Amino acid sequence: MSESALAARGINKRFGSLVVAADVDLTLPPGARYALIGPNGAGKTTLINLMTGMLRPDAGQILLGGEDVTTLAPEDRVRRGLARTYQINSLFPHLTALESVALAVCERRRVAQTWWRRLIAYREEIDEAHQILDALMLDAVCHRPARELAYGQQRLLEIALALASRPKVLLLDEPAAGVPRDESNELFAAIAGLSRDITVLFIEHDMEVVFRFAARVIVMVGGSILLEGTPAEIAADPRVRAVYLGKTPRGLRNG
Amino acid sequence: MTSATIASPRDYLQTQMRWRWSEIAFWFATLLPFIVTPDYLLLASQVAIAALFVLSLDLILGFAGIVSLGHAAYFGVGAYTAGLISKWGWGEPLTGLLIAALAAGVFGYLTSFIVARFRHLPLIMITLGIGLLLQEAANSASWLTGGFDGLQGIRTWPIAGRFRFDLYGYTAYGYALAALFVIFLGARRLIHSPFGLALRGIRDNSQRMRAIGASTYSHIRTIYTIAAMIAGIAGAILAQSTETVSLEALGFQRSADVLVMLILGGTGRLYGGLLGAIVYMVARDQFSGLNPQYWYFWIGLLLIAVVVVLPNGLLGGLTLLTRRSKAAS
Repeated sequence: MSESALAARGINKRFGSLVVAADVDLTLPPGARYALIGPNGAGKTTLINLMTGMLRPDAGQILLGGEDVTTLAPEDRVRRGLARTYQINSLFPHLTALESVALAVCERRRVAQTWWRRLIAYREEIDEAHQILDALMLDAVCHRPARELAYGQQRLLEIALALASRPKVLLLDEPAAGVPRDESNELFAAIAGLSRDITVLFIEHDMEVVFRFAARVIVMVGGSILLEGTPAEIAADPRVRAVYLGKTPRGLRNG
Repeated sequence: MTSATIASPRDYLQTQMRWRWSEIAFWFATLLPFIVTPDYLLLASQVAIAALFVLSLDLILGFAGIVSLGHAAYFGVGAYTAGLISKWGWGEPLTGLLIAALAAGVFGYLTSFIVARFRHLPLIMITLGIGLLLQEAANSASWLTGGFDGLQGIRTWPIAGRFRFDLYGYTAYGYALAALFVIFLGARRLIHSPFGLALRGIRDNSQRMRAIGASTYSHIRTIYTIAAMIAGIAGAILAQSTETVSLEALGFQRSADVLVMLILGGTGRLYGGLLGAIVYMVARDQFSGLNPQYWYFWIGLLLIAVVVVLPNGLLGGLTLLTRRSKAAS
């Protein structure tokens, strides 16, 4: 049996007559840095939803660390080490950054059910949350409610929340969506700096970023995987160019 | 602002949880009715019971975002349980209170399995349904509850064998206030706990809660059960201090009233509900004195005015006012 951190086997999903996933097979080896690309509507976010359990596949299996998790609820997959972020910020608007991450740490450590002890008694949890924010350069704003943070900071908080669950596999849905280019490089530098114990798959449209930070690229079109390869292979493949409407995607030319 | 130095995270959280002077002043002020308005102690005891009931609703609505239109069901279970125990010959109030809390808690736990699965409009309909269901059940089981005539024959023994429930309401108010204070301390502890944080997380974004590995259903079941117990205690105190229980204890009107009190005062801040209960009960007392038939007219007007002008309720308006005056000085 091949060793994989996360794998999809023959995943199918349709909404009515619309096929959003067709026989998707995908294997992420431990420690991988994969990019998932494809035109809008290719089913990239749907695939993340299927793998994290937000959607149930019509057929197929999801394996996390070799274990079948297809029928597990999203929260149970998170506890087994599968975390995600959202393309559109999905934060806790009224909780401060520190509270948000501390909450995620408390949930991981299974202390979020205790109501008779004060939060401040949980020093380790709070310190860990602070460290996570510190590593993402959010420590200066950690007492601000999430809704008051600058947009780029909110994107970082998305990642901080996912990291607080100590994932083995991290699925990032356009982590830099809407972030200006110079900031997006910073953001990806933070992602590149993550421990190699974490397997990362990210969706991204900017090919320059993809080529810089991904070791391998998966191209998805119309709900199925067109091909998988190194950035150089992807750049050279005529089918990829065809998919992008004959145009050379931004950054591909130099790739 | 020159607060360039950022407090360590734990220090900051510590200051968030510290008792404020306004809080201490509030609790001392709750003793004033004994001295200033001893003629109104019965009303004060009604206010304290309402406040306890609102507190229980705030825990689920204000903190976890669970909207309920049937919260009186748990109030009623507590009231009838306490009443029946006393009627059957055990009139000791404190054990009665405990048993009533347990009964309401068991009912809350059982219903929480349905409640936890829904949100928004379906949730409102389900809680409404639970309330109506229980009311009709109590009505038809008149051999047990006395039905439309109410539960008669309750005799509450003196508290600790000394404090008899008097006509003026000294004991009733002292008893209700003590229960309110003790339970408030517990609720305050709860909202500052990791569990309280998780509830706020559910209120803000329950979908994301699942994505950080939270067991939102079990959180909701827990807080719903706790809130049901507190509502049951409020009902029990009413039954014990008035020595009667009527169907109105678990009627829709009571569920609506408690929701109005909470919205008036402001949700999600504990004191908002207390303030709402005081304003509502005193206003009801005054308005119904002026015009017994149409006093809901004024409550309706007040409710609309508050929701339109003060989206965070009266307490939200008060904090805004003090913040402005501080900023101005």
